[in-house]
Amino acid sequence: MRTPLFLLIWLGIAALAYAIAVALGNDYIFFAGYVVLQYVVLATAWNILGGYCGYVNFGSAAFFALGAYSTVAFYKYITENEFYRLPMPVLMLIGGAISGFVGFGMGYLTLRLRGAFFAIATLALAVVLQTLVVNWDYVGGSRGAYIVRPEEIAPIGSYIRYLFLVMLVLAVAAITIARLIEHSRLGYGFATIRDDELAAEACGVPTLKLKLIATTISGALMGMAGAPFPYYIGYLQPASTFGLDYAVNSIAMPLIGGTTSWIGPLIGAVLLGSLQQIATVTISSAVNLLIVGCLLVGFVIVAPNGVVGLVHTYLQRKPEDFVGRRRVGTDSPEAVP
Amino acid sequence: MIFSFDLLINAIISGILIGGFYAAVTAGVSLSFGILDIVNIAHPAFIILGSYVAYIVNTTLGVDPILTAIVAMPLFYVLGAGIYQIYYVAFERRGQESLRGLAFFFGLLFITEVTLVLYFGVDYRYVDARYIGPSWHFGMMDVPFRILVPCLVSLLLITALQLILTKTFIGRAIMAVAQDQLALRLMAVDPIRIKRIAFGISIATASLAGAFLIIIQPVEPSVGREYIGRVFAICVLGGMGSLPGTVIAAMLLGIVESLTSTFYGPSWAPAVSFGFLLLTLAVRPAGLLGR
Amino acid sequence: MTDATNGPSGAPILEVENLSKRFGGFVALENISLAVAAGERLGLIGPNGSGKSTLVNCICGTLRNEQGAVRFDGRRLDGLDAHQRTHLGLARSFQLPRPFVTLTLADNVRIPLLYTVASRGIHLSSRSIEERCRFLLREVGLDAKARHLPRDLTQVEMRKLELARAMAAEPKLLMADEAMAGLTHSEVEDILALLVRLNEQGVTIILIEHIMSAVMSFSRRLVVLVSGRKIADGDPNDVVHDPEVERAYLGQ
Repeated sequence: MRTPLFLLIWLGIAALAYAIAVALGNDYIFFAGYVVLQYVVLATAWNILGGYCGYVNFGSAAFFALGAYSTVAFYKYITENEFYRLPMPVLMLIGGAISGFVGFGMGYLTLRLRGAFFAIATLALAVVLQTLVVNWDYVGGSRGAYIVRPEEIAPIGSYIRYLFLVMLVLAVAAITIARLIEHSRLGYGFATIRDDELAAEACGVPTLKLKLIATTISGALMGMAGAPFPYYIGYLQPASTFGLDYAVNSIAMPLIGGTTSWIGPLIGAVLLGSLQQIATVTISSAVNLLIVGCLLVGFVIVAPNGVVGLVHTYLQRKPEDFVGRRRVGTDSPEAVP
Repeated sequence: MIFSFDLLINAIISGILIGGFYAAVTAGVSLSFGILDIVNIAHPAFIILGSYVAYIVNTTLGVDPILTAIVAMPLFYVLGAGIYQIYYVAFERRGQESLRGLAFFFGLLFITEVTLVLYFGVDYRYVDARYIGPSWHFGMMDVPFRILVPCLVSLLLITALQLILTKTFIGRAIMAVAQDQLALRLMAVDPIRIKRIAFGISIATASLAGAFLIIIQPVEPSVGREYIGRVFAICVLGGMGSLPGTVIAAMLLGIVESLTSTFYGPSWAPAVSFGFLLLTLAVRPAGLLGR
Repeated sequence: MTDATNGPSGAPILEVENLSKRFGGFVALENISLAVAAGERLGLIGPNGSGKSTLVNCICGTLRNEQGAVRFDGRRLDGLDAHQRTHLGLARSFQLPRPFVTLTLADNVRIPLLYTVASRGIHLSSRSIEERCRFLLREVGLDAKARHLPRDLTQVEMRKLELARAMAAEPKLLMADEAMAGLTHSEVEDILALLVRLNEQGVTIILIEHIMSAVMSFSRRLVVLVSGRKIADGDPNDVVHDPEVERAYLGQ
């Protein structure tokens, strides 16, 4: 399938999802759906570095929070200076640019070393950025920051519908990017990094450059996912924005869904995200985080290829025969850019 | 920012003492990450578990936290050995330790933290002991016993570990396991067994480190996260698996953190360890006393 | 030293000058100098731990040499990353095969086409890439398994894949690091024939090998390393009868 067609199909699915949500007529659907879509973006972004290149990022929350706080900073500046209000897509691009830049910088410092160091550095990055934000009074410090969400936006109606729509478009963009990478020269390069960096270099793959591309794209997408968040939540607090639940979810979702192709994180995010939305209402939010943790550990032990792998074992086929052409695909023209 | 000589002296002394405690916190990671190459990022969670064990026994039976921790060490050892067995079967043997093994430990960290939150809530917990409270004044110096005692016991622990590693057969086998598994097999030693023992010891140290932690400061479940950056910074800076290096690096970090919080405010202290870690990785990946 | 060559053209393609490499206190290579002419068939032998693989690693950029210089095709290689050296036309196979385990065989040989051949400004259409992958796998007799993953291969087939992947980079110089260890006589013959064919197409080949019959039949020149030093260099028949070589290596 060519990329424009893929994009068109997913835009169609997105439009359908939006239409159904509108038809249901309850704004709660949009609040819940927004969170699920946000996780689709985070999981897909994590998988570009984690699943494709094999570099584990524990600092998803930091990249997400960078996006969110860049919005807060601009919001403050705008309300104080009565400056022209920036539209949400612009704020998302700014958040994405900042997170992408931080991703690049982190990668530059740690990616020459073994993968484990990168993982540890990302964990610590979250702590440090949180420290910086807590000490930065302009964006509210440890007290947090209030963002006044507009009630309505023309022509969509309530603002949450607008946020939902924005996140829907970002989610479609994220999976399209992931799939595009997967089927391109870049994707082949990423796979060689995951498998054997020494052999990759010997085959002429510029591993450091590719890893930096991956950290930048992945970080930027996470930042873009975080940029609308202050408008969604209304009150942004460092402790919850940097919360471990973003980190654990963006790892658990791809690993539970399956990491070798774009569809894994999507499945994982929709499955786990919806489950949590239901569990938060019916049980408590702490319990549902415990469920996510247990599912993560259970899946990595028992089903290394995630749901995608399970489905294919069930269908008596090897996963690589079906999903993604990363492993088999050799004959379609789009395999090579 | 007021500079004064006795502030400086006190900051350095408390840095050294805290550093002694950090050495105990890191000792386990030096074993697992430094020697066995197992990236156990859940180690701080086991330390918090140790804190809560000390807290429960202390509040119900009134037993000294350090004594509790020493008694609990075999339990932690068994827990560690069990976790290694799962890790080996599910990841190391399949060659998937880099991605899924890391996620496994991350999941453990998360499960431990959330479970503690569910049982104990997010309130700070603390323990009672005779040495918590009094201080030792010496001129302008001020040495609180609740930090001095953990520091001294910690140095004892490190010395004992170093003796085990260098003087006993098991210890030498642990040192060898990372480098030459073939030689071990030729000596009829099962490398998996050696790694299981080493990982067990590594988790056993978390019991004691946890008791130290709750003696020094009140503990709630998420406190452990602050230690992730610290332990790995110290482990890398100390030269990955060298215990003397760990002690030196721990004290260095302790001093820098203590100076930072004295002169810039405690809210900046968590950033210090990360700065340390990044600098170490960027400038001297082999650590201070690199192999 | 270039006059010791008997390749088709006399110009050196690879020049190693006073190369030294230490690991801590251990001297792995000491003052190695070596010139390889374009089109040559060079055998590199030495006991285990004599520094053969270290030399290959230093030339390819996997390891950095502290002293000395490596020149390839008239360019200084020092400071270049391994992938840049591959782009220039240096290829290697690994002593222990290192396939990309999640990629099919066809995709394994595709990687050098996508990254190395493309880096030389040659644009291959996806169809010609497909054909090239198939051709390379056929060359080593693996075309039937093009869509398999490396885990389905035997040890021999792994080594063949390793060679096919090195050949895919269209190198000027190929260093085959123990490509034949553990192979049967007829398999050794297969691989030798392959290397000879490559050489006839103009590829310079350095064969690092333990199997003496293979080295002797393939090489036009033989270099012997012992304890990180070069102790002999010249015509294979002269070298094996060199008293120092016999003492240090062959006459064990």
